[in-house]
Amino acid sequence: MSGSPSGSGEGPAALSGLTSLSARAIAAGVRSGELSAAAVLEEHLARVERWEQQVHAFNLVTADAARARAAQVDAAVAAGEDPGLLAGVPVALKDLLCTRGVPTTCSSRILAGWCPPYDATVVKKMAAAGAIVIGKANMDEFAMGSSTEHSATGPTHNPHDLSRVPGGSSGGSAAAVAAGFSALALGSDTGGSIRQPAALCGVVGVKPTYGLVSRYGLVAFASSLDQIGPFARSVADAALALDVISGHDERDSTSLPGEHPSVASRLGRGAEDLRVGVIAELASAEGMAPDVSAAVTDAAEALAATGAKVEEVSVPSVRYGLSAYYMIAPAEASSNLARYDGVRYGLRRDGNDITEMYMSTRAAGFGPEVKRRIMLGTYALSAGYYDAYYGKAQKVRTLMIRDFDLAYSSFDVLLSPTSPTTAFPLGAKTADPLAMYLSDVCTIPSNLAGHPAVSIPFGAGEDGLPVGVQVLAPALGEPVMLQVAEALEAVAPRGEAR
Amino acid sequence: MSSEAWGEAWETVIGLEVHCELRTATKLFCGCPNSFGDEPNVNVCPVCLGLPGSLPVLNKQAVELALRIGAALHSRAQSSIFHRKNYFYPDMPKDYQISQYDVPINAGGWLELPSGKQVGIVRAHIEEDTGKTTHIGGGGRIHEAGYSLVDYNRAGVPLVEIVSAPDISSAEEAREYVEELRGILVATGASDGKMEEGSLRVDCNVSVRPAGSEELGTRCEIKNMNSLRSLGRAIAYEAARQVEVRAGGGEVQQETRHWDESEGRTHSMRSKEEAFDYRYFPEPDLVTLSPSEDWVATVRANLGVLPAERRRRVAKAARVPASSEPVSTVVRLGLDGFVAAAVEAEADAGLALRRLANEVAGELGDDGGHHLGREEFARLVSMEERGELTSAQARSVLKIMVAEGGGPEEVAGRLGFEAMGAGALEAVVEDVVVANPREWGRYAAGDDKLAGFFIGKVKAATGGNADLRAASELLRRRRAGQ
Repeated sequence: MSGSPSGSGEGPAALSGLTSLSARAIAAGVRSGELSAAAVLEEHLARVERWEQQVHAFNLVTADAARARAAQVDAAVAAGEDPGLLAGVPVALKDLLCTRGVPTTCSSRILAGWCPPYDATVVKKMAAAGAIVIGKANMDEFAMGSSTEHSATGPTHNPHDLSRVPGGSSGGSAAAVAAGFSALALGSDTGGSIRQPAALCGVVGVKPTYGLVSRYGLVAFASSLDQIGPFARSVADAALALDVISGHDERDSTSLPGEHPSVASRLGRGAEDLRVGVIAELASAEGMAPDVSAAVTDAAEALAATGAKVEEVSVPSVRYGLSAYYMIAPAEASSNLARYDGVRYGLRRDGNDITEMYMSTRAAGFGPEVKRRIMLGTYALSAGYYDAYYGKAQKVRTLMIRDFDLAYSSFDVLLSPTSPTTAFPLGAKTADPLAMYLSDVCTIPSNLAGHPAVSIPFGAGEDGLPVGVQVLAPALGEPVMLQVAEALEAVAPRGEAR
Repeated sequence: MSSEAWGEAWETVIGLEVHCELRTATKLFCGCPNSFGDEPNVNVCPVCLGLPGSLPVLNKQAVELALRIGAALHSRAQSSIFHRKNYFYPDMPKDYQISQYDVPINAGGWLELPSGKQVGIVRAHIEEDTGKTTHIGGGGRIHEAGYSLVDYNRAGVPLVEIVSAPDISSAEEAREYVEELRGILVATGASDGKMEEGSLRVDCNVSVRPAGSEELGTRCEIKNMNSLRSLGRAIAYEAARQVEVRAGGGEVQQETRHWDESEGRTHSMRSKEEAFDYRYFPEPDLVTLSPSEDWVATVRANLGVLPAERRRRVAKAARVPASSEPVSTVVRLGLDGFVAAAVEAEADAGLALRRLANEVAGELGDDGGHHLGREEFARLVSMEERGELTSAQARSVLKIMVAEGGGPEEVAGRLGFEAMGAGALEAVVEDVVVANPREWGRYAAGDDKLAGFFIGKVKAATGGNADLRAASELLRRRRAGQ
């Protein structure tokens, strides 16, 4: 497949018509009756029809259900009702968000065809806001990966260059938004799985504060790190989606209590007088491409030019993030994925006794990356190794929170690259897991700390592909974080190769 | 059992782990009903089935009951966390059990046996129950079964596991401990105490050591005892087995052993070498459980009357030691209200206690059921006390009242136990005295031994229907008045 650099007139990343509208514009049009949800949906479905075979953003396109839902939204408007903040907005859901009666597979053979009997809290919230689910987005199996190549249904391709990966694990969600299949998408971020694909696909991706968005109905990878967040083509759209999905949920014990102010209503204030720290350790992290480094420097200078106070800051413990993450996440995953044993649902391979059945089911059902992490995590939790591995990794986490707290005593937000590189070719890193893991070196610290972070597109690399920069904030710092992200968005260069 | 069989050479060291199903309305982490005996797999939802994406939310009532248990066991309520205990088994929907591990809600404490001995409590922690597996074919064990059926109604039912210190030194004491604990659990409203329905399940750790030694020998954990009787038998068997191993110069292997009720022996389930590594780690889906001081204080203040206190009350009323057998029997059987009724009616509480511990306890049905009314019982005690019924008559009347109900006057009348009036008894005494002038002379001169002679004569003359205490009193009065 040949590359289709972004910004050219043809190709899956070149948007036009209703598919180029923002979520805000669609919702405003549908709520006022100027646009019909059905028309908006049909244009998006036409685009899916045109490009999905090349992109493979979806494990499942739910066109019929979406048409029925769009008709309901239009009927509600006709009846004088307000269908909600996201009225008629097409959304893609990462295929690890439970959807009642609709297959939810985590891109794994072990859950092929499994239909949950319930909706995830975020799915209910999106529906209640009038959004139209158009499909279940492809992903790395059980969210383990950074390229969406570890999928039982095959890889997703980057809409900006079909020969390249979209990033991962929420690659299908990022690609769907970049390709105009949907105006919004939901993904999940355990170590960068929203932000890294957002960066590689040239869209906005938000990893909220741990506990801001309910995890009920999110199929768990690493429970203490997982967080659901939105993909959008603008900061304002991402803020709108975040407002819809955030809030306390009594079904999730780790959900933060209390009311949280709207982030969308805080936008439009610019970055003037805000203090922005550029994280020294991440700017020079292992494997950092010069064009990505340069983009971050440009972003910092651009912010300074709008009146922000920009300085370099040291957050020493982020260097241990990757190591700590690869203890904690696999350890939790090894336990979370134990339930896929062939007894109650999903794939079952028979055996002569129960142990054989477990072993043959899991051997057939899980892909190699999932097996690798289950083994890693099982080992890390084993008697005699717990303190040295899992215990120590948790201490790194505490240390990292302390370092961030210190940084935030002098800065409102921090700045770093999102991914060390732009989108890499399909297959480039599948044989080298450690190289793949390095994709998340800049995003992991926010997950370990439980803090929010957003990736926004900031120009292109030498290859003409999107570069993302990351804005980090302290817990519940989404309003100021998105305020700075929006200021960056306003000054970001568009599309030309560096 | 020990000392007779082995001389004084060995002593048994026992620690018990009692799993108590909490009597909550719903399960530990979801809203499904916590009920026993329903059709299989009706009380289930995404959470207790461990479906992908589901999350646990802790049941406040379970915490309340756990705090009550802790308060009753003099434990320290503390900020606690949950862990995951990882192992594969089809009755566990998530293939891990959420359980408290090294930071339990209740730490330390003690339980006082009826004998007055205190048994240390290590902890009483919260955990979830598993489902129930039935293996069909192949002798009922999973690896030989043709197929297995799983019922998840029980999965996620709240449990409190109470772990004792190794302070228990005999099978009898172990049974006393479980009975006392059961009484406490029922008194706090935490449990229905039904061992036969699995509401209470007991595992025990047994080791032996040379008598007088302070060592803690290698222990074996015994599982699968479903009654107090099998608990006692299993401990006795296991202690004897270990003594035999050690006396023969061998070493006891640390292992889990399965009690086989029909064979009357324990056998090895798995040894330590092949023991599961449960890979415990803190449950990331739950937050720290920190009951407020107010909550803990309220629980303590509202704790019902516990068996030890009830024993003290009965003992005080009957003027006997709290550790005496009749007191513990009466409290264990929940008959102490009858002692209180006797006290209320100004009847003899000591007599009431004896009648309850002997006659009533012996007449209760298997389920502890009876038809005895409290006021009626108190009236019966008074009648016996006043001599309107002899002891033998009172016992007969009581047995009928336990089995059928009714008042003592009516039952005694039905049995033809005409109370011998004071005048009639006086006439009999007079006859006996007149008939035996020589003996009367000696008694009148102060020889009290002759009282027994006259009482015997009265008893014979009345066919056992006389109140002999009243007869003694008449004799004394006649001597004093002559």
